[in-house]
Amino acid sequence: MSQVYEAYRRPEDLGAPPSESATMVRLTIDGKTVTVPEGTMVIRAAALAGINIPKLCASDMLEPFGSCRLCLVEIEGARGLPASCTTEVADGMEVTTQNPRLADVRRNVMELYISDHPLDCLTCPTNGDCELQDMAGAVGLRDVRYGYAGENHLDAEKDESNPYFTFDPSKCIVCSRCVRACDEVQGTFALTIDGRGFDSKVAASQDQPFIDSECVSCGACVQACPTATLTETSLIEMGQPEHSVITTCAYCGVGCSFRAEMKGEEVVKMIPNKDGHANHGHSCVKGRFAFGYATHKDRITAPLIRESIGDPWREVSWEEAIGFAADRLKRIREKYGSNSIGGITSSRCTNEETYLVQKMVRSAFGNNNVDTCARVCHSPTGYGLKSTLGESAGTQAFDSVLKADVIMVIGANPTVAHPVFASQMKRRLREGARLIIVDPLQIDLVRSAHVEADCHLQLRPGTNVAIINALAHAVLSERLEDRPYIEDRCDLDAFEDWRRFILEERNSPEALAEVTGVPAEDVRAAARLYASGPNSAIYYGLGVSEHAQGSTMVMGIANLAMATGNLGREGVGVSPLRGQNNVQGACDMGSFPHELPGYRHISDAETRALFEREWGVELLPTPGFRIPNMFDAAIAGDFKGLYVQGEDMAQSDPDITHVSDALSALECLIVQDLFLTETAKFAHVFLPGSSFLEKNGTYTNAERRISPVRKVMKPLTGYEDWEVTQLLANAMGYPMNYGHAGEIMDEIARLTPTFSGVSYEKLDRLGSIQWPCNEKAEHGTPTMHVDTFVRGKGLFRLTPYVATQERSTSRYPLLLTTGRVLSQYNVGAQTRRTRNVQWHGEDILEIHPHDAEQRGIEQGDWVGLKSRAGDTVLRADITERVQPGVVYTTFHHPESGANVVTTDNSDWATNCPEYKVTAVQAYRVTRLSDWQLEFGEFTETQLEFLRKARTPADA
Amino acid sequence: MADKAHEVFVPRDTTARSMGADDVAAAIAAEIARRGESVTVVRNGSRGLYWLEPMIEVEAGGVRHAYGPVEAADVPALFDAGFLAGGEHGLGLGPTEEIPWLAKQSRLTFARVGITDPLSLDDYQAHGGYAGLARAVDMPRDEIVEIVTESGLRGRGGAAFPTGIKWRTVLNAEGAQKYVTCNADEGDSGTYADRMIMESDPFVLIEGMTIAGLAVGATMGYVYLRAEYPLAIRIMNEAIRIAEEAGLLGNNVMDSGQAFHLEVREAAGAYICGEETSMLESLEGKRGMIRFRPPLPAIKGLFGAPTVVNNVITLASVPIILAEGAEHYRDYGTGRSRGTLTVQLAGNVKRGGLVEIGFGHTLRELLEDFGGGTATGRPIRAVQAGGPLGAYVHPSQFDTPLDYEAFEEFGGMIGHGGLVVFDDTVDMGEQARFAMEFCAIESCGKCTPCRIGAVRGVEVIDRILSGVDESDNLLLLRDLCDTMVAGSLCALGGMAPFPVISVLDHFPEDLRAR
Repeated sequence: MSQVYEAYRRPEDLGAPPSESATMVRLTIDGKTVTVPEGTMVIRAAALAGINIPKLCASDMLEPFGSCRLCLVEIEGARGLPASCTTEVADGMEVTTQNPRLADVRRNVMELYISDHPLDCLTCPTNGDCELQDMAGAVGLRDVRYGYAGENHLDAEKDESNPYFTFDPSKCIVCSRCVRACDEVQGTFALTIDGRGFDSKVAASQDQPFIDSECVSCGACVQACPTATLTETSLIEMGQPEHSVITTCAYCGVGCSFRAEMKGEEVVKMIPNKDGHANHGHSCVKGRFAFGYATHKDRITAPLIRESIGDPWREVSWEEAIGFAADRLKRIREKYGSNSIGGITSSRCTNEETYLVQKMVRSAFGNNNVDTCARVCHSPTGYGLKSTLGESAGTQAFDSVLKADVIMVIGANPTVAHPVFASQMKRRLREGARLIIVDPLQIDLVRSAHVEADCHLQLRPGTNVAIINALAHAVLSERLEDRPYIEDRCDLDAFEDWRRFILEERNSPEALAEVTGVPAEDVRAAARLYASGPNSAIYYGLGVSEHAQGSTMVMGIANLAMATGNLGREGVGVSPLRGQNNVQGACDMGSFPHELPGYRHISDAETRALFEREWGVELLPTPGFRIPNMFDAAIAGDFKGLYVQGEDMAQSDPDITHVSDALSALECLIVQDLFLTETAKFAHVFLPGSSFLEKNGTYTNAERRISPVRKVMKPLTGYEDWEVTQLLANAMGYPMNYGHAGEIMDEIARLTPTFSGVSYEKLDRLGSIQWPCNEKAEHGTPTMHVDTFVRGKGLFRLTPYVATQERSTSRYPLLLTTGRVLSQYNVGAQTRRTRNVQWHGEDILEIHPHDAEQRGIEQGDWVGLKSRAGDTVLRADITERVQPGVVYTTFHHPESGANVVTTDNSDWATNCPEYKVTAVQAYRVTRLSDWQLEFGEFTETQLEFLRKARTPADA
Repeated sequence: MADKAHEVFVPRDTTARSMGADDVAAAIAAEIARRGESVTVVRNGSRGLYWLEPMIEVEAGGVRHAYGPVEAADVPALFDAGFLAGGEHGLGLGPTEEIPWLAKQSRLTFARVGITDPLSLDDYQAHGGYAGLARAVDMPRDEIVEIVTESGLRGRGGAAFPTGIKWRTVLNAEGAQKYVTCNADEGDSGTYADRMIMESDPFVLIEGMTIAGLAVGATMGYVYLRAEYPLAIRIMNEAIRIAEEAGLLGNNVMDSGQAFHLEVREAAGAYICGEETSMLESLEGKRGMIRFRPPLPAIKGLFGAPTVVNNVITLASVPIILAEGAEHYRDYGTGRSRGTLTVQLAGNVKRGGLVEIGFGHTLRELLEDFGGGTATGRPIRAVQAGGPLGAYVHPSQFDTPLDYEAFEEFGGMIGHGGLVVFDDTVDMGEQARFAMEFCAIESCGKCTPCRIGAVRGVEVIDRILSGVDESDNLLLLRDLCDTMVAGSLCALGGMAPFPVISVLDHFPEDLRAR
């Protein structure tokens, strides 16, 4: 297994992917006996035996190709010189990898390569890490007898259009590794070989600059390139790294493992870790390239305080800032009562940080007023899955998708929001899995390169529950349910109730077609496909949870999966795709007001006693405020002090006007973050945060995988984030004395049954662990509910469809739904401070040509967007990706004000906001909205306050 | 004369037409009209005596008489000479079957070629067509494969792999869907046998593929047909339609209860797509790139399914094997080369055309007895056998028998049976250069020895020819040839050096400074 910290080296590559076969084959290679699974390629068998056969086109990340001809070997009894990368092992095979004949051919092939390659090794960006150079050395090339005057590609022009990597075709050896990586690993098919013979060259799309092509900048091609043809810009600028550290990406809920390749305290490049269990060596544009925000000039590295938000900031010492914050909180508590303060943590924080925030609130603040941004994304998932299956988490490992036969994607757009998982899914789709998409939008997966959905149920926003009921109705009415499974594993009374309910005529696809806008026959076709499996898996995103009936929909999904027997093994399941890196972890860590770590209710005396013993305080048995309650109480004047770690409600929460009012009403807002976020503009204390590169901790991804985040550089602020929380807790009078983040995890493990046995030592050893991990499952649990459901019998819950109040009216005839783009992440605080802005510099409004024409809106026009909550102005993009009557935008840029328009409507069970449906009107305008103008002024004032803090008056 | 309808045969194949057959046919029609004769003009296939095209025939007294080469202007005179009844004329060649060039041949695969109307199913069946399939439908698959194996038939596309063994592999391979594909991307220089079959006797190919389908359990077949053969594409498509209508293709072939569907796919216009794995890629709609083997196409071929890939001549030889039995076919030939070879005489040759003859005859017999030496009358200096990747055969090797193994022994190959003749004015240095240039132009670019090696080969030969470091470069050329042969992924790069090596070995005087 790979080392966590080590001197830089190129990751080992065994030359061919592993074989899954259980049958073993024995052969001899250079006289050494080797035993490997049947189907293994000779090159891999040799590498496993420590015999390195020269190679350039072969890679264990790619299917065998056989083009470079360096890995030729001799095999007793076989004609000619077979390529070891394309030759499978056989019992009794005798392979020779080195002899004079092979040496000659290899050297002569290398001579051909070098006859068309620049000889600028010493000044080449990959000098020191170039496979071509290594192979020239390995084969002993000393002379190129052809000379260098022949036909060549040395004058081929560089393509520097991509902000993160350079394409220098003069160095290309046409091994096709980039093309194959784009096809096989990423699944985008943006690259090809153009021309043939000597004219063969790598081309992006229609021989376009990379930036204009279909390339999604995942970087798989750069990683695959054995020469300096595709090279990270950062490497060109900085030179080779000298050591590497394994850590975990801080972006989406896939939780990719990376090797941060370092030069001292600086990151040279982020390379996805081949041993990473969630990503297997793949990444997306965000994880691989968009880390520049960590050292962006906007980073604030010293604490700031001020009396009121109308005052300029003052840069102070940590001691002063913490003292100031604690004093204010204590004063508020004295004046307004113990319920007047609270904390909000973020899914972007580590488990340890989140755990500590909720611990501080419950112990040092003395109440349960702690909530997390999971409130506004996946709280319905926790509620819905817990009540049906018994555990608030996805049921599968990501790799499970490779065994799925039918994949249903509901309200998720994996190719932009979970790109690395999408690549795995597309790999399976190319292998022939069938695909059902349930989404109001024409997302990429509906039809893109080598992917085409069998069914696209393009429903009206807000009608999820109607669709899931209609699907269930089709299954039951056509007797496609898995009776034995239901009888064996589910609560039969509940099933019968549910069955009667679903079979009511009002839940039939025919009856609901009018509501959902989806023809009944399409629903029935999808239901038959899903029920036919044999392995059918559901993946869903915020398009499920962020609705007034979000929790109902999650239960509906669980019902459907149980009814068809699609839970409890690989290839099936119900898998929420978590938006942020640590949504799962934030929920696990007890950051909801009603739950202690491990989803144990605060009212449970036994659990409380456990924590009270460990923490040495008495805990309140009643749940505290949820985020919306905090805002309402703030406006009412009852809630005055708030500590916010890493969350930016002033941009990400719905009905921004309401949020701003609430924040403005606070007497002490403490924000701990990297930048002066929208929320921080309302703060009195700014505690500078540390990026994921600057601290230790763990993230738990959407498949319950706990992965280590490691400090690859010293915190720019001097403290890791958990240390800051600890300082504040101590200043509040509650002693905390952790010496290392690992000690926090030890405490979590002691107190949380699903985490028992988790430790940093174990994470170092295993790389990552999927909870539950305890004495019963020491190495974790990839698939949940295997023999029985966590709650015992699976519980079918009734899911009556109730139309949302957000419906189109004559005043607000359109339905706005919101989402994300590939290049930006959430509120964009990170990605907007990287070169990713090149792809998405502003949020735009997607509108159907029909609706645009009715309103006289043309491409690129300013469009006013108004709901009952507020209005904003965006540029129009006229597209058929949205259906008539539906408009779409993103919320990556604060000035776009997408969440000025979204309303306070929310999930009945968890208050998760209904971001996905807002009734709006759209109309042509010629100027920004009043809100935007005010926002602009406010922002300018606040930035000026920040500039003043940074340039002392006497300077 | 009006009481009896005469039949005149004017070939419709591409060669005859390119030499004016359509004009001749039009002239005959005009003459018939003018004279008020009752004559039927049949557009038959070509007999393959290409130096005599357009060669027209009339049936008189149950015997076909030939006249050629006929020009439109000759037509009135032919009528005047009473050619409809086999009358004497300066262009008269006598009874067709008695023309020695034809009489000496053993036409098994080409049994009907030039005799029948290519698109007349009746004609085809009247001449023994579909007798093979009729036998096959009653046989277990295994038995069909056994007969083909017994016949000794080997792949006529060039690789000479035993057809029966290939079919057995496909038959035994696991797969719900299997395919039969016909490689009709005929691209070797000097070859046209595939085209002749498809233009002159398309049903024999359809029948052969159908038998292959029954034999291996494939329900779908594709003819990957060279795009530069527009007439062959038209005729094959029409013949497939006719066969479908007659129940000889489709869901219930000859009432056997077995399905076999056939489609023509236009090839992508690249030499490399004639290589079987590239052809499969191209059939799948992809860029024509070489796949590594194994897995063999017989195990994992088209769309990953077990697939028969055979050349046109191979498949067209199957019906007669089934109809007449394995022995009938195997009795022709010599050693391990059984049956007949369809030699295509081309280049600088006096009597070019299609010679189907049992294996074992010498190259010299072909060149001299059939070919009649060069068209220019000068001595033959070299013959390229087996297409652009075949060695140049030196006159000292002309007594080699046509036999796969005998050719391999001297580094040559029979390939698809093309013989391109050169007289003593040929510059063998240029021919060596051309071999590398051809490879450079046609390389798919996947493997390094071929992609870069071929270009360097041209450059090295250029240096030799212009006297730059001649001896070093001659050594380098040998080394390069060896690297390409040993290292290339497919036969293009792996065999392109053969003509070069043959020039180095047998015509060294031409590979030196000018």
